[in-house]
Amino acid sequence: MIGRHKHCIALADYSREELLEVLDLAVSMKEVLQRPIKKVPSLRGKTVVNLFFEASTRTRSSFEIAAKILSADALNWTSSSSSVTKGETLVDTARNLEAMRPDVLVIRHAAGGAPKLVADHVACSVVSAGDGAHEHPSQGLLDCFTLREKLGTLEGKTIAIVGDISHSRVARSDLFAMTKLGAKVRFCGPPTMIPAGAETLGATVHYGLREAVEGADAVVMLRIQHERIGDPLIPNTREYSKLWGLNQKKAAEWLKPGCVILHPGPINRGVELAPEVADGPRSVILDQVQNGVAVRMAILYLLAGGSPPDGAAAAAKA
Amino acid sequence: MNAQDIRAAVRRLARDVAERAKAAGAGRDLAIVGIRRGGVFLAQRLRAELARELGAEPPLGTMDIALYRDDVDQKGAAPVVGPTDIRFPVQGKTILLVDDVLYTGRTVRAALDELVDFGRPRRVWLAVLVDRGGRELPIAADFSGGRIEVKEGEDVQVRLVEGGAAEDAVVVKPGRGT
Repeated sequence: MIGRHKHCIALADYSREELLEVLDLAVSMKEVLQRPIKKVPSLRGKTVVNLFFEASTRTRSSFEIAAKILSADALNWTSSSSSVTKGETLVDTARNLEAMRPDVLVIRHAAGGAPKLVADHVACSVVSAGDGAHEHPSQGLLDCFTLREKLGTLEGKTIAIVGDISHSRVARSDLFAMTKLGAKVRFCGPPTMIPAGAETLGATVHYGLREAVEGADAVVMLRIQHERIGDPLIPNTREYSKLWGLNQKKAAEWLKPGCVILHPGPINRGVELAPEVADGPRSVILDQVQNGVAVRMAILYLLAGGSPPDGAAAAAKA
Repeated sequence: MNAQDIRAAVRRLARDVAERAKAAGAGRDLAIVGIRRGGVFLAQRLRAELARELGAEPPLGTMDIALYRDDVDQKGAAPVVGPTDIRFPVQGKTILLVDDVLYTGRTVRAALDELVDFGRPRRVWLAVLVDRGGRELPIAADFSGGRIEVKEGEDVQVRLVEGGAAEDAVVVKPGRGT
């Protein structure tokens, strides 16, 4: 359990305390990653099934390695080699996998709401590894973890999120988590990529890159989600890069000292981030990847560790 | 045990450890690891005493054994995990594991498992302030500050000023056991 939650699907539903429970535990998990023997026995005998209906390298490997470091067994299942191609429905697939008695199902799906739908039909815990343009909770948590590590706190900090906000599940999870932890969030991108009513979510909206990143403590650069965009929202990537991409010159002139640059990956080098910036001293992109393992270990440990919260066992908290 | 007894016990523990370390030729490669949470303050006190006895301050680490517990499935929520912080190489060292109370031995079992994930120590010694009996595993302390006989169901608590107690004390309380 993470606070009141049996699942980790939407950070919009998580309280500040529940977010901090994961982030504080992830600090201990990160220490485990630095050991000569990177393995602890806490989830021995537990099974984590990775159910990926959408391409992913980082997130899937990250969940897999997180499960393995905690000594859980990890099973990877991708839709291209499965019965989905034979017409099996999502719920049927999940129920069949559940019959193999996993403790946690990690799901990535192109349709927003898919993890919630599965969670309503299975008995085990469900973790979303990103669903459509809805949320990517573990990414939101690892971004917050990285910012706490680099900035000390999110309290009173200003974070600019730049790119295709409309199609970004990362932007949404980041926004929900960062604002609850006391940060101010600025959304920035071309008007066609900013959702209507974005201000009502608690972010300020900026159409110019300079005004969005000036004075910010961190900048999260997003990739243009070509796979989710039907009609072109921008004339071409060259124009996008010129107006909303971050290059060495802009970074040097506009960013304040100490401002760090995040990117959820994969990077389209030369589009949203110039290579010199992606590999430069402000970039914490590779820290994000390592922190992602620690955060996912914390999520899996909290959801699969301990006994199910029914009966008297729940009362005797350790 | 009152504050004075505890001070005397810590001093005696340090003297015994130093003596044995010198005899084993391990004075210089001795390192201390306190088991969270009760063992950490005790480990700090022992280190200060050992620094006097040995003429050099041994390195100190702390360890949280939550990820190595054997009852993860039996408690309600997953056990709370605290920080583990061992910054010296464990390989080849003589490690003095420190805890406040030795009871079932399960915590020490978990601590030994966790310790070897940091390297292969030359040897491991266990020092505790109080041995309350009731072992469930074949584990014994190499150095013990004292033995307390308690009835089943009673709880031995070590309260130290570093942990917020008004005064150092070891008390026996009716409870569910540690």
